[in-house]
This record gives sequence, C-alpha cells and structure tokens, in this order.
Amino acid sequence: MNVLVYLIPMALGLGLIGLLAFLWALRSGQYSDVDGAALRVLQDDDIEK
Amino acid sequence: MTETTDLSLFARPSGEGTLGMDLAIEGIACGACIGRIEGAVKRLPGVTEARLNFTNRRLHVDWTDGALTPAQILQTLEEAGYHGYPFAPLRAEAEAAAEARRLTRCLAVAGFAAMNIMLLSVSVWAGNASDITPETRDFFHWASALIALPAAAYAGRPFFASALQALRAGALNMDVPISLGVILALGLSVAETANHAKDAYYDSAIMLLFFLLVGRALDHAMRRKTRAVAGNLAALKADTAHRFAGDELVSVPIAALRTGDRVLVKPGERVPADGSVLGGVSEIDESLITGETARRKVAAGATVYAGSLNYSGALTLRVTAADRATVLDEIERLLERAAGAKSRAMRLADRAARFYAPMVHLTAAATFAGWWLAGASLHDAVVAAITVLIITCPCALALAIPAVQVVASGALFRAGVILNAGDAIERLGEADTVVFDKTGTLTLPEPRVVNADAIAADLLQMAARLALSSRHPLAQALAREAAGHVPYDSATERPGQGMRAMIDGVEARLGSAEFCGVARIGAQRNVSQIYFAHGERAAVIAIGQKLRSDAVETVAALCARGLTLHILSGDRAGAVRPVAEALGITKWLADVRPAEKIAFIEALKRQGHRVLMVGDGLNDAPSLAAAQVSLSPIAAADVTQAQADAVFLGERLRPVLDAVTVARRARALMTENLWFAAVYNVIAVPVAIVGWVTPLIAALAMSGSSMMVTLNALRGGKAA
Repeated sequence: MNVLVYLIPMALGLGLIGLLAFLWALRSGQYSDVDGAALRVLQDDDIEK
Repeated sequence: MTETTDLSLFARPSGEGTLGMDLAIEGIACGACIGRIEGAVKRLPGVTEARLNFTNRRLHVDWTDGALTPAQILQTLEEAGYHGYPFAPLRAEAEAAAEARRLTRCLAVAGFAAMNIMLLSVSVWAGNASDITPETRDFFHWASALIALPAAAYAGRPFFASALQALRAGALNMDVPISLGVILALGLSVAETANHAKDAYYDSAIMLLFFLLVGRALDHAMRRKTRAVAGNLAALKADTAHRFAGDELVSVPIAALRTGDRVLVKPGERVPADGSVLGGVSEIDESLITGETARRKVAAGATVYAGSLNYSGALTLRVTAADRATVLDEIERLLERAAGAKSRAMRLADRAARFYAPMVHLTAAATFAGWWLAGASLHDAVVAAITVLIITCPCALALAIPAVQVVASGALFRAGVILNAGDAIERLGEADTVVFDKTGTLTLPEPRVVNADAIAADLLQMAARLALSSRHPLAQALAREAAGHVPYDSATERPGQGMRAMIDGVEARLGSAEFCGVARIGAQRNVSQIYFAHGERAAVIAIGQKLRSDAVETVAALCARGLTLHILSGDRAGAVRPVAEALGITKWLADVRPAEKIAFIEALKRQGHRVLMVGDGLNDAPSLAAAQVSLSPIAAADVTQAQADAVFLGERLRPVLDAVTVARRARALMTENLWFAAVYNVIAVPVAIVGWVTPLIAALAMSGSSMMVTLNALRGGKAA
C-alpha cells in the first residue's frame, strides 16, 4: 500500500488547486454579479466586423 | 432662469485622478441592456470604466476628474432610454459585502475539507469491514487530521467568535453547543488517532461546519439582497431640490441640502426639507404627514414640513432642518418609545436556541455521569458524551429557519413585497388583526379622477391631454387618464386660472368655472372640481382620493382568512366613512392622533391580538413601530418606510394579501422544520447515549436531516 503515500497527497493537492482557484475567482469579483455573467456570454460586441 | 444640475455629492475619488459614482438603473429588462448601457456610457470622453451589475441593477462609472460632469452621464443614460439615479452606497452595504465574502470563503474551505475527509473516512469504514491494516488506518486518520484541524480553525471562526461573545455576556446561544461540539469532536478524534483507535470523528466535525455555514450564508445572502433592493428603491425615490446659488437656481439632490439654504418649491412638487416660507403664497397638501386630505394655506412665515405637496403657487423656503428627514417632535418621541418595545420581541430561532442549548449540554453531561457511575472507563464515558454533542448539533435546526426564509422572501419578492427585516416573515405569519391607514394606503397615494364614468369618454380624453401641459397637482391627477397620448402643441397656461388650447378648430378651456365660462356647481365633499369646456360641451371633473383598484377584493379575501380589519385615519370622519363603507370594514376611527393610534394598537396587543399595521404617512410611523409587524406602500414617507418591516410595490393592495399568505405558509413550514428537528433528536439522542453511534451513523443522520428540512423549505416557494 506504499503507493498511498504519494497518491493521497497528490489527490489533496489537486483539490487544493481547485479551492485556491475558487478563492481567486471570489476575490476578483467573479461572483458579484452571477445573473449578469450568464447574460454577458451572449454579447457579441467583442467580435470585429 | 436657466437651471444647472449639481451632482458632485455623489462623485467620490476612485483612484489616481479619477472619480467614481454608483447609479441605480431603472428600466433594465434583458441581457441586451447590459451592452447598450455600458456601450453608451463608455463612449463618453473621459469615462475609464463603466460596469453594470445586472443582479442588483446598479451601474458603476469611473471617469477622469474634470473630463465630464455626472449630469452628462445621466443625460447619456436618458438618451439610451434608461433612468439612472445616483446614490451614495451605505457603509452597511460595504460591510455586508465583506461579510458575505468571508462566509463564502469559510464555506469553500469547509466544503473542500468535508469532501476530502469523507473520501478518507469512507475508505476507513470500508476497510474496517474488510481488511485494512492498523498502519494504513492511522495514516488515513492523520491525513484527515491534517486537513480537518486547519480547516476547522479557519471555517469555524464565525461560530467561535459568536459563541465567545455570548459567553462573555453570560448567555448561551446556538453557537455555543456548535463550537463546543466541533472542538470536542476534533480533540477526541486526535486523541483516538494517537491511541490507534478504529473510529475518528473528523468528518462529522467538518460536515457539521459545512451545513451550518450553508445555513448562515443563505440567511446572509437573503438579507443582503433585500437591502440592496431597498437601497435602489430609496435612490429611485430621492428627489432633487432647487437651491438658490446667488440668483441662480441649481438642482441638487435633497441629501446635499444644508440648514440655511434657500430653495424654491414649484407647484406640483414635494417640499424637500422642513423650512419656513420666505415668499410666495400657496396651498399645501400635508396628507403624507398628518393623513389630513384638506389643504392648508401657507404664506410668508409659515412652517412647512418635508413631504408636503405644494399645490398652487411657487414657494421660497429657508431650510431649517436638512440633515435628516424631518419629524415632528411628537412623532419622534413616540417613535423612540415604540421602537424600544419592538426589540423585546424574540425571534423564533432565538426562542428555539434558548430552549435547546442548555438541553444539549445537560444531556451530554448526564450521559457522561451515567456511564461513569455505571462503571464505564473514563475514556468510554467521554466518548459517549461527545457523540451526544455531535449528534445533537443543530444542523437541521440551523437550516430549519434560514432555508424557509430564503425561499419565502423570494416568493414575496415576486409578489412585489420587499422585506426590510429578515424575521418579518415569522411575525407576519402570526398576525390576526390588520390595522389600515386610509390615505395613501387603502386609497391611491395621488389624487385621481373619481367621476370618470359620468363624463363622455372623448371629452375626458381631451381634458386629460390638455392637462398634460400643466404642473398643477389637480391637472396632473387628470393627466393620468391620458395614458399614451401626447400634449396639445397649442396649449397655454394662465397661472392660477387654467389651460386653453385649440382642439379640432374649437377652443377648449380647462380650469376654474369662471375661466371656462361654465356655471359653477356647488362644492362636493372630499373632492376638488375642475371645469372643462370644449365649444358648447362642458364637463365637471371631480378629483379626489380613489381606492386602490383591487382594495375591495383584497379586503374581502383578508376577512375570509380570519383576519380582523380596522381603519385608523388621521382624516375627518366624513372622508373615512365612505371608504370604510365601500370596503365593508365596520371598525373604523377618524381624526386619530399618532399617540391615539399607538394606544389603540397597544390595547389590541394587550387583548392578545397580533397586529399587522399597514400605513404610509409620517403620522403612521410610530404605530408601525408599535405593531408586531408592519407594511408600507412604496410611496410612503421615508421615515415611515424605515420603520416598516416590509415595503410593497405598485398601485394595488393585493401584495398585502400575498404577504400574509406567503408568510403564513412559511411560518407553518418553519414550525414543521423545528418539529422535525425535535423528532430527529428524540430518535438520535438515545442511540448516542447508549453509545451505538459510529461515525457512519453520525454522517448519515446529519446529512439526512439537513436534506429533509431543506427540501421541506422548498415547498414554500410557490407563488402566492
């Protein structure tokens, strides 16, 4: 079962990356306008005509 | 005289050489509005950032200092088809946003830790049933401890802090057993791990924190959302005042007025602040302040109060009290006394906690003592006592009320009722008596044409279109009948007399009887008359208080729900009687002073009734505070609205009925949930006391009961 010694830290590390990504998203204001974010994705004003 | 607009009050430095401003935006319908609004504002020279928050309908704009004035931004929005109302965000809102982020961070950490620990715990449980080696199990337990201890230290802070605060004050709240449960469970687990035991409770402790944080975050999010909506409404309502700067008039937000300023109040406008009249003669309608619908004549030297409607002439005022919405001394005194009484009412959750927290501690202590006296080892007795604490930890109890509140406040929001106070729902659900104010509550806040049926439709249309060109309050009341029409180009106004225009080649006149050349008819009670003449045809249009369109049905439906209805009005008996008769309300009182309103409500309360007060005037503010629960229409005076537990939108009375319906259902669900939590404890506690609770059973019991109360709460979301 020695494989657990590095598999478990790896699994936890991946989870931790997810947690940090969420905290970063929260800090950068990505959760401050949840309804708006759903609608902004449909805007096409960034497409150059 | 040209008038400029000064909005510098709302612009604040937002960075290096830039100013920022927040605006509440009216008229946002769909996603396309985001692009249109931001695009239009960003095209202005000097604007560095424009971001629309669709969730709370607010726009934040930053611009280079000096490049443009805030008024230009409003102008741009206006051209794009939206109304923008600048406002200064309250400090409380910024604090609430920080608190929300803190709770979300704690929730994220607890969620992460709970998932990973459960991964390890399930392996241990499976291993215990088959062939896990003690070394592997210890490794899994230590790995769990490594995650759980820092995660609990971080995510548990909201509970630890509140528990500490309660203990310092010598009280017990729900957070004390929670904190104790989490800390003891973790301590026991570390000790057991060091002893190479088979079971540890890391997963229970962290899962407990996770569920409790969900409840707390939901509760907080609901309060924050209602506060943001209330903030927008306040911004939408805030009027501007015309202030003299030397000989020039500058239009400023009312919040920018200072004592001693000279302001002009035009006919048809509301008085922006308390003041004494310097010049001008007019009649003012003080119904928002006293409930009295008859108008008062004012001239130089008279004192006028904020919120009064100026009728006939322009007034110049010197502002005497600008810093806050002005309140008559009597009302302020009554308010203070009534507000003190309200804070003594206890919330359902607190009542449950006061009963629950000592019970939990006593049961745990008794379990320990029982096992110890029965001859069990110290270790076994401690383990049994701690499992009692873990299993009774109020997961379900902590979710039972917030989950219902969130769902019910959403249903209320859709019905057009916005909560000011989070616990208003449960108090509203208990109400058995409704006390209505008349003016502006049962009747529409603005006067209307009351004899529309008696006038030829085309004649009324002409009169209404002609009235569109006047700012006189009676003309404005008439103009509401001209929905969708445009004013006549040829309309001219003769101040104090009336309007005239050529319609279809014939002269039309609207105004006093003499002006229109029509014989005057006798004055009627409770209504004002305007005369209209078009060639040979003529009409007398009566303007007065009109009942809200659905008042009769709503009142009948409230009666059908077993509520006792009263009307308490500051208006004359002659004005109150017809309203009461039309609605079929037999219990009414007229000419009631604010102190008498409070006394009446107090008397009802002493008889054991739970009173819902619905009112809008400044004179109602103290009685709103004195009643168990209170509602205000959106057109209410600011001071009054601040006292109300909830505000309802629109011109109909129906939201009052919806609010009662939703709140009653919500209260029933809250009680059900509390009973469910109690039944859960009755089953789970004996199991814990005899020592049969394994970590697996604890996990199933906790998540199962939390799911149950949440699902039950969702039933409250149906539209009223």
